[in-house]
Amino acid sequence: MPKPANLSAKKPVGAQPENPAQLIVDGAVVENEWNLLPLGGDEKISASSLAPGKVILPLSVWLELREDLQGRKAEIGVWLDSDETADLIGDYASELPLIAAHFPAFTDGRAFTAGRLLRQRYGFTGELRAVGNFIRDQLTYLTRCGFNSFAFQGEQPLAGLLESMQDFTDSYQSAVDQPLPIHRRRALA
Amino acid sequence: MYRYDEQDHKLIRERVAQFRGQTERYLAGELSEEEFLPLRLQNGLYVQRLAPMLRIAVPYGLMNSAQVRRLAHITRKYDKGYAHFTTRQNVQLNWPNLEDVPDILAELAEVEMHAVQTSGNCIRNTTTDQFAGVARDELIDPRPYCELIRQWSTFHPEFAFLPRKFKIAVCGAEQDRAAIRAHDIGVQIVKNDQGETGFQVFVGGGLGRTPIIGVAIRDFLPETHLLSYLEAIVRVYNQLGRRDNKFKARIKILVKAMGAEEFAQRVEAEWEQIKDGAEELTPEAIEWSKRFFPEPAYKTFSEGHGEAVLRDQSGEDKAFARWLERNTFPHRVNGYQAVTLSTKPTGIPPGDVTDRQLEAIADLADKYSFGEVRVTHEQNVVLADVEQEQLFELWQEARKHGFATPNIGTLTDMICCPGGDYCSLANAKSIPVAEAIQRKFDDLDYLYDLGDLDLNISGCMNACGHHHIGHIGILGVDKKGEEFYQVQLGGNSNEKASLGKVLGPSFSREEMPETIGKILDVFVENRQPEEFFIDTYNRIGLQPFKERVYAKAS
Repeated sequence: MPKPANLSAKKPVGAQPENPAQLIVDGAVVENEWNLLPLGGDEKISASSLAPGKVILPLSVWLELREDLQGRKAEIGVWLDSDETADLIGDYASELPLIAAHFPAFTDGRAFTAGRLLRQRYGFTGELRAVGNFIRDQLTYLTRCGFNSFAFQGEQPLAGLLESMQDFTDSYQSAVDQPLPIHRRRALA
Repeated sequence: MYRYDEQDHKLIRERVAQFRGQTERYLAGELSEEEFLPLRLQNGLYVQRLAPMLRIAVPYGLMNSAQVRRLAHITRKYDKGYAHFTTRQNVQLNWPNLEDVPDILAELAEVEMHAVQTSGNCIRNTTTDQFAGVARDELIDPRPYCELIRQWSTFHPEFAFLPRKFKIAVCGAEQDRAAIRAHDIGVQIVKNDQGETGFQVFVGGGLGRTPIIGVAIRDFLPETHLLSYLEAIVRVYNQLGRRDNKFKARIKILVKAMGAEEFAQRVEAEWEQIKDGAEELTPEAIEWSKRFFPEPAYKTFSEGHGEAVLRDQSGEDKAFARWLERNTFPHRVNGYQAVTLSTKPTGIPPGDVTDRQLEAIADLADKYSFGEVRVTHEQNVVLADVEQEQLFELWQEARKHGFATPNIGTLTDMICCPGGDYCSLANAKSIPVAEAIQRKFDDLDYLYDLGDLDLNISGCMNACGHHHIGHIGILGVDKKGEEFYQVQLGGNSNEKASLGKVLGPSFSREEMPETIGKILDVFVENRQPEEFFIDTYNRIGLQPFKERVYAKAS
């Protein structure tokens, strides 16, 4: 009997992320194919009770169920709350199709670190999705930290947001998008 | 000094365009107050008690004369014709219109300036010794490292939304004139037994509500690892710093809660993963940065030549002698001396200068000091490379423009925040207290007799006036809607850093000059020959001061 995961075990940091119908992935507006399972509630979830289809599980649930969900790898994603660090997924990241990182408030910048570590340390190559209350003015920084998917909440004309992705066309530091910092790209002679 | 290349120009231009768009969206109601707040802060824009306040970055306090002239122009065109030097070696405008800020930033960008990350929960302007490159006790010039840190920290995508603000200071000399132990990260340049350059790294210092002296977590970091090590520290902090209470969000609280040893271990573990990565500095990159800070074209003077001239001039003019003693600083090159222009004559808010004075500073810099100007964290201005033979002439010109008050390092050279006159956070005014003290202690012979004495004033516990590390610190407090002032003694900002201790119950503003007078009396009565205030305090402790100040009238 596979063990069930208890959704109420971890307390969310602030409001939970929404799961909008449309989002931006790789610079294009697309339909959201994933269902995001929020934290909370007393119900127990097990691999067998999980509805079919693509689903993004809270980290705590995924940690409990991942062995039981081996057969559904391509449709199981994970979301990190802002107080959950990338090392909790660790090298498993390379096998996941999607990881979402949550911004309970756009000023809570922990997900920027999570993004970089998932991409640069744990070999994650799937869809890295920002969820929650981030804002368009963070798009260039998010992109630099490895995010390629943006699930904006509330009513925003998604096409207009793409403009903000062009705010900066160069950078000083190394990050996911530009592995070489400026001090390694300049002609130093 | 550092000059922008095409990439720097492009990045700053893009930032100005980005902020212009954000301001337009805000004014059109498309960006909420709450969302605009951190965006404008990261572009230096506060909304204060009376008007917006714009804080302009002066990387490690260094400017050229063209930049100073542009500031003068900006204060005239967009403000009320004056500016304020801050304790982060930056410049503040107190009266700009929000709508004008994008234009101001565009004008700054033309002269390689900006207001990026001068506020907000991000890595702020890196500060250093105002005598970098010229001090006799300097081991290595810190400015090339400051510039590398500036570039690394500017628009850092991972660290733009930290738990709280983050300040880095670098010191390359024996005497710490950059207060590095009062910073989130303090970097002390050192050499190891093999003669290799590296850094001693302090973390978790800071003032504010919970003042803490930073602790060394690494005694020798080879210089090529500078940026990766900083990245490791800030990454640990970004992940683990508290975000539930802004008053407990600084790195000092994390370091204290976790213990410096545990914190250091986490930093080392993170650093192990990245230390040989992309941010590893090549020797070529360090050399490249150093080339922006070459030795100016000094003339060759024989040893003692300038001193002889100065002796004659001082003998004839006591006022010049006083200025020479207090407002100039020894230079490592024969025939040169560094000059501090005092922004603290009595009656002017410390650190304030007019547009005309800014232009005068630029002219003096061009004429006497290779066109370069430095802002000090004591809110004064330094011309670092003046020929000794020209000091007398410079002094006369500085006097004309109101910069020659011979009080550097004395009681009346106070660090003072803008306080309740301008700042919406303040509990009390600070400028009138500074002025009242300056008026009471206007006898220069008495001031000189007192010797080096740091008096720092903050209008609230956020401690922008660094009251914790003044030998005498004054803190404005609010008691049932009335302004009172608490006095602390024994703080110190240099390599013997310490935090002041509270003397006792607070005083009304009217009582302050007399209270300071009593404290100074105790010092004068107890001092041993050549002792400074802080030495006497460390020897006799708080009690004698307390007894005198709170003695019942008999």
